[in-house]
Amino acid sequence: MNILVCISSVPDTTAKITFKDDNTTFNKDGVTHIIGPYDDYALARAIELKEELGGTVTVLNVGTAETEPQIRKALAIGADEAIRVDAEPTDSFFVAEQIAAVAKENSYDLIMMGRETTDYNSGVVHGIVGQLLGMPSLSPVMELNIDGNTAKISREIEGGKEKLEATLPLILGCQEPIAEWKIASMRGIMTARKKPLNVRPAVGEGLTSVSSYSLPPEKGDCKMIPAEEAEKLIDLLQNEAKVL
Amino acid sequence: MSVLIFAELEEGKIKKTSLEAIYYGSKVAEMTGGETVVLAIGEADSAELETAGAYGAVKVMHAGGQELKEANIVAYADTLTSAATQIGAKVIVTAKSSLADAVTARTAGALKAGVAGNVTELPDLSNGFEVIRSVFTGKAFAKTSINSEVKVLAIKKNAITPEISGNKAAVEDFMAPVSEEAGKAKVIKTLKETGTVSLPEADLVVSGGRGMKGPEHWQPLLDLAEALGATTACSKPVSDMDWRPHHEHVGQTGVKIAPNLYIACGISGAIQHLAGVNSSKVIVVINTDPEAPFFKAADYGIVGDAFEVLPKLTAAVKALK
Repeated sequence: MNILVCISSVPDTTAKITFKDDNTTFNKDGVTHIIGPYDDYALARAIELKEELGGTVTVLNVGTAETEPQIRKALAIGADEAIRVDAEPTDSFFVAEQIAAVAKENSYDLIMMGRETTDYNSGVVHGIVGQLLGMPSLSPVMELNIDGNTAKISREIEGGKEKLEATLPLILGCQEPIAEWKIASMRGIMTARKKPLNVRPAVGEGLTSVSSYSLPPEKGDCKMIPAEEAEKLIDLLQNEAKVL
Repeated sequence: MSVLIFAELEEGKIKKTSLEAIYYGSKVAEMTGGETVVLAIGEADSAELETAGAYGAVKVMHAGGQELKEANIVAYADTLTSAATQIGAKVIVTAKSSLADAVTARTAGALKAGVAGNVTELPDLSNGFEVIRSVFTGKAFAKTSINSEVKVLAIKKNAITPEISGNKAAVEDFMAPVSEEAGKAKVIKTLKETGTVSLPEADLVVSGGRGMKGPEHWQPLLDLAEALGATTACSKPVSDMDWRPHHEHVGQTGVKIAPNLYIACGISGAIQHLAGVNSSKVIVVINTDPEAPFFKAADYGIVGDAFEVLPKLTAAVKALK
């Protein structure tokens, strides 16, 4: 079982989001970056599958040299080797093209990633890759088991889930509870330093570009209602906020 | 240039968020000078599909074939790609959802289309084709220019308020060849709650966190939701502990919602939770801890025990009706 796991490097989920250069650039000062939380679930499940079935896990990141700590962490958690496509991941189609280019040169049974990145949230990269490679793509996947050449999958749908069976190779956008996030051991961190990390140039160009950013308006004050008069809330929701 | 809207069906009807997408698409068609066409895949009556006309559609292409009865991502995407090619659509619009993302992604791949997700406003055509989209999980907006010939827009709930006309759309059957990959992933079983509005569609949501103390204590929350006709949700710890099903989890790594009213009971309001609910119009927080960070993001707050407050609210809602 050879698995390619695509990881993004995103601001920590608790990070305060600000911009600089006249609101044209995301301000990375003081912001910790992490492996995309959804990608981290995909990575965790990929490593479990490797432990169960043998094979290799390759991690792929489209990013600048700044993302190498996240790549090293993925290697420390248990991936065998890594590829970094040296470019800013600014556009979904562009990122998908890079993944497809790597996948065409190798033969992976599974390509896994998060359902979406937590910075741009478009949730389309897996589908574009599937189309570019002529493989089925499924998302959001919350359970994955492999039986021979068949993947047994449960996919979240609005208000429930569906169970599927699909033939490998496949591309999956993943989310919890597909696996528990893994923490690197000290030995993992030591061996990660020696694992191969190949850097390659990007192909093609993006189809979208961001010209400026803005922040949502500040919330006004919270109107407090005493607990003993809780029923007054319903009147306020109906007549003041007009949402009932 | 023509605009094609990928509309999702729910129990034979066009979903409410898809109707918003149709209206949005019709406004884009007005700006660009083209037709507004809807693609609806799955089972539906013509009479139901005609209603797309009230939201600005001229025509509905209905792909109702047997092999499209289950939501097969590849088959749906192939059908959407064929429909877009047939009418020469330059803009494809959909309401953001996990199915729409998965489907339109493949079409974007096939047509080499630039994608903008979580679009919150009509495009600005004064300098190319620019849209505002919500990014960083609701914490910011990005003005994004789409430079490809074909463009895919996934719009966020409440991006536009439809004005409904008395028009009806022409409905025609549509069938397109489906690629071999479609047969490689088969749905075996669908487990779905019926009769409730799904969270991404919901206008009213009542949600519970760890402060609800256990799954056996959920009844007062369910009672309020029922009285309001609201959908129930929960925080990540609650879903992780299996107190509530995973599809109820709202937050950074769960469902992102944009209801008119979000009532949070016993949820402290960690930044990861806020990321999933910060698009709500009005937020009510009920918590025993007056220092709970959620109050800073709320419009109305009650410091108190949810088990005492919820029955009072339920009674007051029932008294309204």
